[in-house]
Amino acid sequence: MNVRLIVNGEVLNAEVTTPISLLKVLRDELHLLGTKDACEQGECGSCSVLLDGDLVCSCLVMAADAHDLPVTTVEGIASDGELHPLQQALIDHGGVQCGFCTPGFVVAGADLLERNPSPTSGEIREALSGNLCRCTGYGGIERAIQSLIEVEER
Amino acid sequence: MTARTQTGSKVRKGVGESVPRPDGIPKVTGHFAYASDLYAQDMLWGAARRAPVAHAGVTHLDVAPALAMAGVHAVLTYDDLPAKRFQGQIITDQPVLADGTIRYWGEVVAIVAADDPTTAAEAAQAIEVAYEPLDPLTDVDEALARDEVLRKAVSYRGDREVHGEVVVEATYETATQDQAPLGNEAGIAVPDGAGGVDVYGPTQWTHVDHEQLVDCLGLRPEEVRVHPTGLGGAFGAREDLSLQTHLCLLALRTGRPVRMVFGREESFAAHVKRHAARMYYRHEADRAGNLIRVDAKLLLDGGAYSMTSPAVVANAVGFAVGPYRCPNVFVDGYALRTNNPPSGAMRGFGAVQTGFAVESQMDRVAAELGMDPLEFRLKNAIGPGDVLATTGQLITEPLPTREVIESVRAMPLPDDETSTDARELPGGTGLTTPRSAVVRGVGYAVGFKNLAFSEGFDDYAEARITLTPVGLDIHTAAIEVGQGMVTVLEQIARSVTGIEDVRVIFDDTSQIGSAGSTSASRQTQMSGGAVLKAAEKLRDELFEYFGADALSSEGMWRGSQLVASLPEACLDRDFSAHVRHRHQGSEEPDENGQGNLHVDFAVSAHRAVVDVDPVLGLVRVVKIDTAQDVGFALNPMSVIGQIEGGTMQGIGLAVMEELIVDHGIVRNPNFTDYLLPTFLDAPPIEAVLIEQPSSWGPFGAKGFAELPTISSTPAVVAAIRNATGKALTRVPVRPEDIAL
Ligand code: FES
Ligand code: FES
Repeated sequence: MNVRLIVNGEVLNAEVTTPISLLKVLRDELHLLGTKDACEQGECGSCSVLLDGDLVCSCLVMAADAHDLPVTTVEGIASDGELHPLQQALIDHGGVQCGFCTPGFVVAGADLLERNPSPTSGEIREALSGNLCRCTGYGGIERAIQSLIEVEER
Repeated sequence: MTARTQTGSKVRKGVGESVPRPDGIPKVTGHFAYASDLYAQDMLWGAARRAPVAHAGVTHLDVAPALAMAGVHAVLTYDDLPAKRFQGQIITDQPVLADGTIRYWGEVVAIVAADDPTTAAEAAQAIEVAYEPLDPLTDVDEALARDEVLRKAVSYRGDREVHGEVVVEATYETATQDQAPLGNEAGIAVPDGAGGVDVYGPTQWTHVDHEQLVDCLGLRPEEVRVHPTGLGGAFGAREDLSLQTHLCLLALRTGRPVRMVFGREESFAAHVKRHAARMYYRHEADRAGNLIRVDAKLLLDGGAYSMTSPAVVANAVGFAVGPYRCPNVFVDGYALRTNNPPSGAMRGFGAVQTGFAVESQMDRVAAELGMDPLEFRLKNAIGPGDVLATTGQLITEPLPTREVIESVRAMPLPDDETSTDARELPGGTGLTTPRSAVVRGVGYAVGFKNLAFSEGFDDYAEARITLTPVGLDIHTAAIEVGQGMVTVLEQIARSVTGIEDVRVIFDDTSQIGSAGSTSASRQTQMSGGAVLKAAEKLRDELFEYFGADALSSEGMWRGSQLVASLPEACLDRDFSAHVRHRHQGSEEPDENGQGNLHVDFAVSAHRAVVDVDPVLGLVRVVKIDTAQDVGFALNPMSVIGQIEGGTMQGIGLAVMEELIVDHGIVRNPNFTDYLLPTFLDAPPIEAVLIEQPSSWGPFGAKGFAELPTISSTPAVVAAIRNATGKALTRVPVRPEDIAL
């Protein structure tokens, strides 16, 4: 069947023959390689995307269920060549080492800040507890997000 | 030595600054290319058929059904191997494809190349294989009884007749830990059309992969090129070959590029693990609190093939007593061959296992003496001028054992927790432990390990720096796995030359000599040292050629006069400096394991504060503080990142990470059942950096990135013991170990 996705504002079509996840379509059919595959079980969050505005693990969504829906991947987080503030903060605060988890944290973290511009430490940790990072121990990632929170809320 | 040179005015983004990574932007935008992102024109897909058993004879193997499938281009088994049939970086004992006997779960029986991934996977399954089950050997004591010894390493020093009045004996165990780097194994091999091949895959040392590939492919060295590629972490998992030989064999057989990408379960099968260990310890001290004697027998489960086990067991023995004075030491260490998955390198490399055991012993001896555990450690701590208890070698470089202990002791303790927020209770949300049932515990531990390669290994790293019209290019074969070496190499070159625009080019094996492995906490000192020397050489050559006395991003200066800009200099001729950098060397052990086996050492200390629910056996690490011996922090932000990440891996081993291997079969090869610490498991970490400059590291820097993993595990367990009074001789500590 044909799956039509609106990825980062662009309409893209993929021909799929077998039941296949949104992650596989993004990576293998559309060659949007920023979305990562580290478990395919919904455990690591490396494959995080926004589907119709909701944060999902794209490895757990069937491509057919995303038909005609808008998808935001990590490639769509920066706009007009400008990094999202969280992307810059992750670089500046040591939130990136190997970087394999980073696309997932960028998508999930941007979504958190969109919904809650001044999360508490507990809210940050809970919101991102579905994203595994093996390198940083999460400290640099937390400091990156903290750096973006409005001062008066701290 | 020229360990502390600096030229001209201070350059931006030089050493000592928290410079952000140069690969940060591609990583945050999703454009950084990892091994699993590589494609080639006209490429085929590879797949492996793995054995589902731990020990068996292969009684029937027929590849015809797979070969008959449309879209299948090659199926290879042991009989198809063109040259040397065994690989391994120390002992070549691992069949490239199963040799008629299966010796561990997940061993590769056959490999397939096909048009697409689905066909490749189906073809791999279509191969007919029948097994005759054999009894798996899975216990290390039994392996020792059967003399299945990969290597015995010893430390015998002192007088066997001497004993202390206070004796503490115990047996410790550490379970199998997986590095679980987030990037699964993946790679691509591309035939060059002239009989040679280029391979891109997970690695920590391209030149050692190259040696093995040349032998197993039957090619000349110049016909094989091993390329670095983006890696989603390593932590030791990429130290041994995983899929590279298979990719090359398929590419050479089909004449087409071949790509393989593993899922998480296959990744668990495809890379080496941290050795599970059983360690028998006996400590003896006098009543005044002096350590008199340590006897230990260390059994490390090497699994089916040797991998780096011979070096791991030597390290386990070397650090079996910790950074403590002890005149009589008798340690027997064995790496044993079993039918468990092969073990190899993981951050800490043998010093993690003995670190857990020896620090637990130190607490017990202190308790037996009625001494404060830190006072007991301080009383026995070694530093420069002392000898290493296991090898008898004199410590000549800074070793701030006392300072790390005292610093961490002086850090403020967190307040008693009163919050009833479930996220701040053991077990977290979904569990109902009331705050009143929670018991707090505090524990300390020290970590100790060698830096760079030991035992007389010819340890070197090459680097080449060339002048470009805009700045400097650093060429290296050193592997950036995410740790931040790339940033540090640039900072060193900047500080030496005053030229700001520096980039690192990661060469393949045909373009530059070896940098040695990205392991043993060695690249900052080894490749960093090579870059330091190459930058000095290039700078001096430029000074001489232009009669200049200063360098900057603008060019060469004589006094206040610019004698040549960088583009002008490059028009004149090529300027480049190539260095092969060696450390001062080490010795092979004598028959008693004595000698100057190691080049240098680092120490660390951790204090863990835990909250425990003793009824359900649940633990929450509330806070963890650490002091680390780093020489000089070339990039403080990156140092903190290594400390935090390493500490979390140690917390993982302390309370949650265990690869469950049942009769040789891995039962939890996925992230649902192999638990990695999440954001909610991460306590706040405060770190004090002890900066006592090394005489041989660039600008005084020391390697240190394994240390945080070594001391965090025993500190957490000590804190749980403090809260519960349980002996806890095994990690990870499971709920039943506390509650039952
Ligand atoms: S790949 Fe989807 S959650 Fe891990
Ligand atoms: S930076 Fe490597 S997994 Fe997060």
